[in-house]
Amino acid sequence: MYDFAYHKPASVADAVKILAADPDARPISGGMTLLPALKLRLNKPTSVVDLSGIAELHGVKREGDKLVIGALTRHVEVATSAEVKAAIPTLAAMAGTIGDTQVRNRGTMGGSVANNDPSADYPAALLALGATIQTDKRKLAAEDFFTGMFTTALEVGELVTAIHIPIPTKAGYAKMRNPASRYSMAGVFVAQTAAGVRVAVNGAGNNGVFREKAMEAALTANWSPDAVADVKVDPGLLNGDIHGSAEYRAHLVTVMAKRAVIDAG
Amino acid sequence: MNVVTPFEGIGASLRRKEDYRFLLGRGQYVDDLNRPGQTHAVMLRSPHAHATIDRIDTAAAKAMPGVKAIFVGEDMAAESIGGIPCGWQIHNKDGSPMAEPMHPALALGKVRHVGDPVAVVIAETKAQARDAAEAIVVDYTPLPAVSSTEAAVKPGAPQVHEAAPGNLCYDWHIGDKAAQEAAFARAARVVKIETTNNRLVPNAMEPRAAIGDFDSFSGDYTLYTTSQNPHVIRLLMGAFVLHIPESKLRVVAPDVGGGFGSKIYHYAEEAIVTWAAGKVKRPIKWTCERSESFMSDAHGRDHVSTAELALDDQGKILGLKVHTLANMGAYLSTFAPCVPTYLYATLLSGVYSTPVIYAEVKAVFTNTVPVDAYRGAGRPEATYLLERLMDVAAAEAGLDKVEFRRRNFIRPDQFPYQTPVALQYDSGDYHSTLDACLETAGWAGFEARRAESKARGKLRGIGISTYVEACGIAPSAVVGSLGARAGLYEVGTIRVHPTGSVTVLTGAHSHGQGHETTFAQLIADKLGVPTANVDIVHGDTAKVPFGMGTYGSRSLAVGGSAMDKAMDKIIAKGKRIAAHLMEASVEDVEFERGTFRVAGTDKTKTLTDISLAAYVPHNYPIDEIEPGLEETAFYDPKNFTYPGGCHICELEIDPETGRVEVLNFTAVDDVGRVINPMIVEGQVQGGVAQGIGQALLEAAIYDASGQLVSGSFMDYTMPRAGDLPDVGVATHVTLCTHNPLGVKGCGEVGAIGSPPAVMNAVVDALRDYGVRHVEMPATPQKIWGIVNAHRLAAE
Ligand SMILES: Cc1cc2nc3c(=O)[nH]c(=O)nc-3n(C[C@H](O)[C@H](O)[C@H](O)COP(=O)(O)OP(=O)(O)OC[C@H]3O[C@@H](n4cnc5c(N)ncnc54)[C@H](O)[C@@H]3O)c2cc1C
Repeated sequence: MYDFAYHKPASVADAVKILAADPDARPISGGMTLLPALKLRLNKPTSVVDLSGIAELHGVKREGDKLVIGALTRHVEVATSAEVKAAIPTLAAMAGTIGDTQVRNRGTMGGSVANNDPSADYPAALLALGATIQTDKRKLAAEDFFTGMFTTALEVGELVTAIHIPIPTKAGYAKMRNPASRYSMAGVFVAQTAAGVRVAVNGAGNNGVFREKAMEAALTANWSPDAVADVKVDPGLLNGDIHGSAEYRAHLVTVMAKRAVIDAG
Repeated sequence: MNVVTPFEGIGASLRRKEDYRFLLGRGQYVDDLNRPGQTHAVMLRSPHAHATIDRIDTAAAKAMPGVKAIFVGEDMAAESIGGIPCGWQIHNKDGSPMAEPMHPALALGKVRHVGDPVAVVIAETKAQARDAAEAIVVDYTPLPAVSSTEAAVKPGAPQVHEAAPGNLCYDWHIGDKAAQEAAFARAARVVKIETTNNRLVPNAMEPRAAIGDFDSFSGDYTLYTTSQNPHVIRLLMGAFVLHIPESKLRVVAPDVGGGFGSKIYHYAEEAIVTWAAGKVKRPIKWTCERSESFMSDAHGRDHVSTAELALDDQGKILGLKVHTLANMGAYLSTFAPCVPTYLYATLLSGVYSTPVIYAEVKAVFTNTVPVDAYRGAGRPEATYLLERLMDVAAAEAGLDKVEFRRRNFIRPDQFPYQTPVALQYDSGDYHSTLDACLETAGWAGFEARRAESKARGKLRGIGISTYVEACGIAPSAVVGSLGARAGLYEVGTIRVHPTGSVTVLTGAHSHGQGHETTFAQLIADKLGVPTANVDIVHGDTAKVPFGMGTYGSRSLAVGGSAMDKAMDKIIAKGKRIAAHLMEASVEDVEFERGTFRVAGTDKTKTLTDISLAAYVPHNYPIDEIEPGLEETAFYDPKNFTYPGGCHICELEIDPETGRVEVLNFTAVDDVGRVINPMIVEGQVQGGVAQGIGQALLEAAIYDASGQLVSGSFMDYTMPRAGDLPDVGVATHVTLCTHNPLGVKGCGEVGAIGSPPAVMNAVVDALRDYGVRHVEMPATPQKIWGIVNAHRLAAE
């Protein structure tokens, strides 16, 4: 770890001010992604702005037909929240499968969303559910927010403050874990929402999380596992590594889509 | 008075004494130790698999804050510091010695694997040392690298060492080639398999660490290190590398958090910090980071083999022929050459009365981390090869795989049994362990369970492995004739204190095995001293007379036997003292569990009465017997010990994803006399976890350029609790006939017996797909590939 200055502001306004003054400052939420990068000296921020003292970023609320989840809400809180379990049970279940107990006790939804790891769980959920990401200055549809592997529409110094999630009619999720890292190697989130059927895939795309339109069409016509069973994914759009070739991942996406529909019921 | 209640002796499942401090985080590991005035070392390591070092510029780095010194290979060479030595010399078929290229502690002119240390930076803090290491400029010219075992022997392969043409370390063989050829000529059937034994990264929970300390006034060096055998490190490093006499070099291995073999060896970092401490006149601590461990701890396995089994028309084995290529990595680690020879090829008879065996082994250098013994060392490779071959042979000969094994077993009445590959098994009962395991695992009811799985769309398989291994290493004269450069006896000192409590000094080293408990039970059982009053001291050359350490399941069989011999001496002396005190003749004094008795009378003395008399010799035969009650014994084993048994694995494959789930694992092992059943169970379960890891999950993967692709836990699949079933463990005992305790050893059996049981189950699960063999590890991707290829072929 290189030396850095440490700040712990008490409001979003203060945090944004510190970040605006120094383009090499980095916000930290749970630190589950940033800390390992600092320890491996892959990242050299001049200062680290700890968001954990900002009360307004915490908590889960139901607002009409939406869930509003504060950026600092930890995975364990999503997994155990009565509001989330009642509104979108599969989202709570998903949160309960992120990493391990220690990671869930620290990692936050805002951190995960801002990081947009292609193998992370939440981005697929938010894309399929048609969520809106609220920052300190604007609101962005998930589709516009997640722009590629580890990249988002966030500007330097811009903070995710909350995530607004419309409650779907039905939603389901299934993933195949990478045997080593246990991140998703191919995960599919399916949702029936007011805006239609949406299918989003994590872990497999060669440019991060993406919508699988052919499966959306198939499920719109016929909401059943069989409807997606024959939808083949083009391996050319997927990535491969020692744990899974693009061909294997393409196959897994189809299998996980089936299982996600079963999960959705 | 010493009263042993409840029973704490041999056979009691005593809770581990050491766990109290471990579970509360109060263990004292090397990294927990801090010496006054301590500095910190960071190794600058090669990012290249193979390159010349054209220039190292340390000027800017030396000027950085806190930096005390920076050393490179030339600095050590200038002081005639020796290379890291190899402890075993193998001879080629033609009698010439193996190639043994120089292994400098810090690279000299060339780097030969990613992670090869190039420079050491010593600074006031670790962060300062890291900063300075980043500021060192090294100009490399990359060279073509060879990273796979098979590629190493291809014509035109890049050469790792000039002193090893064709990358050959040795070309060795064992057995009778002519007899093997004759047997094959008579065979009704010859069955052949080719297979790779996957390379593994040991990944002990505690990374390696070392602190070098030098006392300018006395001239004494101390090395604190994460070692399984501090005396061996003192011997190798003192005599061959740094030229420090034993009397001036103390090596301490305090609590050590797992080794699995990887902490046997003398590593460059130990020599570097010890030597450099003498240069900077300050203690120097180095602690390995996890990513550094991946590229600097000796790896395990990595064999490529062909094996052929000749059968007669009755399904009796006529002969076995094996050819193996073994990867040594870039340099010879301490025991590396003996692993694919005397710990491997000598085990190829397994539990079978195979009349003739011929095995050839070529060891090769590659641009990878050195490879050495890893839990089981050679024996898992032999067992895997043989037990996969047995299944394939049974299938091709149309025989039941259990019946085929039984037909070829060495029978109980054949012991002692001389194999055609040097070993003589003293005892065993393979039929009984097999029958018990079949029964417990519910072998007979498997087909019904398979049908039930099939109804759920799953493929269920069951696999068996029957095995024997050779441990309790080893008779010094025998291993000496096989190339060992050291003896392999063990040392035990029993110190009975004036009031009857006992301190045991042992050359064995505990790094997870529970010695503080098991050894105390030996003392409780024989001397009648409660385990609470027995202290086990290990891991310090300044305290323990000598020792060869812990590996090869030798601590109890060899170290425990040394203690037993020392206790015999204590009892013999105690009887003489007791005879004096009770005015009887020595021949009439009997001893049992803490009590000396004049035979046939009620005259008794306790061990405490005797120890008190020995240290306060007022009424004492001082002209005949020295005061004090302390005895030391060196025990050199008469033979290896031969644990064996049967492992059965039942698993289920999800054909849609290729994922394998182990449902049941049953182990029935013969580990000789069991001292603490709970500890034996834990040792077997831990070994099985590693065996399942090798079979299904773990693989050290190098790309063609010599980069370790699976170089972190993000890509190297360590077994997790959720990957493992509840492993059922039982023992069936036949006693070792040649050591006083009748013990055989239990540390490695789990890792030796289990991989083929798992892989035989994987192949069985895929039986409808016409699968003959699957390579380890059986990852989801690999299994799906098989299922998919079968589906495509059917279309
Ligand atoms: C062992 C392990 C296993 C894991 N397994 C999984 C898994 O299976 N699935 C999964 O989805 N994830 C997994 N993760 C990642 C985990 O979920 C992280 O918590 C998450 O990716 C980042 O959240 P965080 O709060 O820790 O963010 P941090 O590490 O604090 O920050 C991550 C990045 O986001 C930025 N950032 C943080 N908060 C904000 C904000 N409010 N606005 C703008 N930028 C911000 C930081 O500057 C940094 O660049 C795993 C992590 C570990 C260590």
